[in-house]
Amino acid sequence: MEIVKTDKLVFEYIRRDEDGNVEGINRAVDEVTLGIRQGDFVAILGHNGSGKSTLAKHINALLFPTEGTVWVDGRDTKEEDEIWNIRRSAGMVFQNPDNQIIGQVVEEDVGFGPENMGVPTAEIWERVKESLKAVGMYEFRKYSPNKLSGGQKQRVSIAGVLAMHPKCIVLDEPTAMLDPNGRREVIRAVRALNDVENVTVILITHYMEEIIHADKVFVMDGGRIAMEGTPREIFSQVERLKELRLEAPQATLLAYELQQRGIPLPDGILSIEELVEEILRYRRSLGGKE
Amino acid sequence: MSIILDHVSHIYGSDTAMAVKALDDISLVIPDGQFIGLIGHTGSGKSTLVQHLNGLLKADSGHIYFNGQDIDDEGYNKKELRSKVGLVFQYPEHQLFEEDVFKDVCFGPRNLGLPRKEVELRAYAALKQVGLPDDCFYQSPFDLSGGQKRRAAIAGVLAMKPEVLILDEPTAGLDPRGREEILGQIEKLRRERGITVILVSHSMDDVAEYVERILVMNKGKLLYDGEPREVFSHYRELEEVGLAAPQVTYIMHKLKEKGVDVDTDAITIPEAADAILRALS
Amino acid sequence: MLRDITIGQYYQTESVIHRLDPRVKLAGTLIFILSLFLFDNFWGYLCAAAFLAAMIRLSRVPFRYMIKGMKSILFLLLLTVGFNLFLTPGEALVSVWKLRITREGVALALQMTARLSMLIIGSSIMTLTTTPNNLTDGIEKGLRPLTFLRVPVHEIAMMMSIALRFIPILMEETDKIMKAQTARGADFESGGLFKKAKAMVPLLVPLFISAFRRANDLAMAMEARCYRGGKGRTKMKPLVYKKRDILAYLALFAYLAGSVTVGRVLF
Repeated sequence: MEIVKTDKLVFEYIRRDEDGNVEGINRAVDEVTLGIRQGDFVAILGHNGSGKSTLAKHINALLFPTEGTVWVDGRDTKEEDEIWNIRRSAGMVFQNPDNQIIGQVVEEDVGFGPENMGVPTAEIWERVKESLKAVGMYEFRKYSPNKLSGGQKQRVSIAGVLAMHPKCIVLDEPTAMLDPNGRREVIRAVRALNDVENVTVILITHYMEEIIHADKVFVMDGGRIAMEGTPREIFSQVERLKELRLEAPQATLLAYELQQRGIPLPDGILSIEELVEEILRYRRSLGGKE
Repeated sequence: MSIILDHVSHIYGSDTAMAVKALDDISLVIPDGQFIGLIGHTGSGKSTLVQHLNGLLKADSGHIYFNGQDIDDEGYNKKELRSKVGLVFQYPEHQLFEEDVFKDVCFGPRNLGLPRKEVELRAYAALKQVGLPDDCFYQSPFDLSGGQKRRAAIAGVLAMKPEVLILDEPTAGLDPRGREEILGQIEKLRRERGITVILVSHSMDDVAEYVERILVMNKGKLLYDGEPREVFSHYRELEEVGLAAPQVTYIMHKLKEKGVDVDTDAITIPEAADAILRALS
Repeated sequence: MLRDITIGQYYQTESVIHRLDPRVKLAGTLIFILSLFLFDNFWGYLCAAAFLAAMIRLSRVPFRYMIKGMKSILFLLLLTVGFNLFLTPGEALVSVWKLRITREGVALALQMTARLSMLIIGSSIMTLTTTPNNLTDGIEKGLRPLTFLRVPVHEIAMMMSIALRFIPILMEETDKIMKAQTARGADFESGGLFKKAKAMVPLLVPLFISAFRRANDLAMAMEARCYRGGKGRTKMKPLVYKKRDILAYLALFAYLAGSVTVGRVLF
């Protein structure tokens, strides 16, 4: 079943000058048609300004299509009565960890969503406990968010969404402001969410290492879907990625460089281990000493 | 002409029970014209260190000499120091405030009390150096794209004509191409103007290609100080303190373990490709 | 540094005061402040000081930590004292040049100092021992009767809570922008009032922009988490009076009656 579906989605920003006259129209999302299967880990890539965040905000009914339609869990986001149901089934984590934590204590923040949904008190506590455990932040439940690192704050935000029991979580560049440790923590939590809790994950990022495990990748450019496929299919097109202002992981780039210099390695190598394995295989095929 | 740090320590909250030693006995010489990468994870003390270099923070003990003079001496001109040692903070676009980009870049040189003509010349030159297109100059800085804002902010520091340029995470939050562009521009600047550049980062991949010397900080101490290949050879120790060598280093070491006789010194992709080809032929 | 301002910042520890219902603490603070304005002799203030000392003791918040937060208000305090000291007419004690210190002035200044400092410490005990969410819940539930007068109690409480959450973040931000502009040669210290005010522009403009951006982000994050005002909301930590709260109310009224008797009637 498809949890998110868009049909010829168009979104336009209208720029106005100081007097309110229309200066120009920016088409941030341009006729995007896509489907995301329940339970998948989907990555959306694209350089800054490619329209990926705008697309993401449609899934949470924070923005509404200028043209076309978005369905979340079978509900049309244009139908006003459905907004709260949509936001309940599709949660959203944003880029800046400081600007999305509402509570002054970790557990109170995680409880915020369920409170808004009118969940009974005893069940709120249950959900808060579960969600904090799922992201490995349970022992910090009494902390002030200001005392946490960036990665920890983002995990609290994820728990906050998880406590609403969504079917799908959209993460809009959750690691862009984090250091490598924080990035790793968050990605680990996100993957666990998908593997263990079976929540559909839509991860927006421009860090390639984060999407190696995705089931499907969409690459956006100029508001359109420029590429679509498995990570391997995407990364086998190093030149095309460069055109789209993106960069494949280092292992992929090195494999590509070696290919260019005449070593017949397969396309779309993703990890260090794979690359080392392939080089060894090639060496064996040369009949080298082993 | 150089910066010398002599046993510099800095403690945050020394009057409370939660005192943290942000810098712990750092001694260091930064000669003219070097391109340095300063690496460490969040809280390692790297931002504290660079704020000492232009006198924004004062060392609790130890001395810092800029061009032979102790910057904490009575009557030392801190304002002049700040124009000589330019510091670009993290997310520098958050400090933009003027009505247009050009005026904003003029802010620094104007504070130095330079004549108007000179201020404008410098601002113009700085904007050119960061590669901002001319039609942006008279736009509001808030109408620019993220990458352009960042460049405008960097130009704001460059316009003070610093001899030493320190950039704290200049590529944070940018997409891969944006990162490359900023770093390329900095490298070009250094080549053309011969200034010292200190690049603060938590990404080894970012700095490996550009810098000639790497300083690694951990818990307020200087853990390593040397050429990139030398520092990266400690990749296991780096990992223990939450840092990582460039991916290429791992690939080369893995190959070596598996009996491919490669040169593990390679740190960039072309170098690695060379080394692998050599080992296979 | 600006970050050191601790007024309103929750201090995490376990104590009787921490566990009290926020409505009790709110009422307690009001009663305490009220009492401070009812006294007309020294003994009343002594009573108040003793009560305050007991509360500080019970709250287990280090006294030094509380005082640290007061540094920022010191200026205000000194100003008030100064005004009272020099501008109260009466019997002159000392007179230097055009300034006269009167007996009444000294008395008034002392009274004001006692009042103000106890008022500040007293209310900071409330914010130090109550998480802002809890405090807001207290205000929301305590002021619920006002909703009949169409006062948006829930919204006011939510705004307060968010403001408190963002104070430390904006403080840090101020510090950062100040440093960044100083690195560009800005000077926030020297010059006259006009020059100083002008020097604030490069600090205030980025700060406002940042605050607006944060507000915008936060609003979106709240909407994304199904926030739509107080209607239909449940509580994670609903307020229910316990036995200790009833006892606390009794203690409060005992204090009010006792201290007013001492501070107004008896002497």
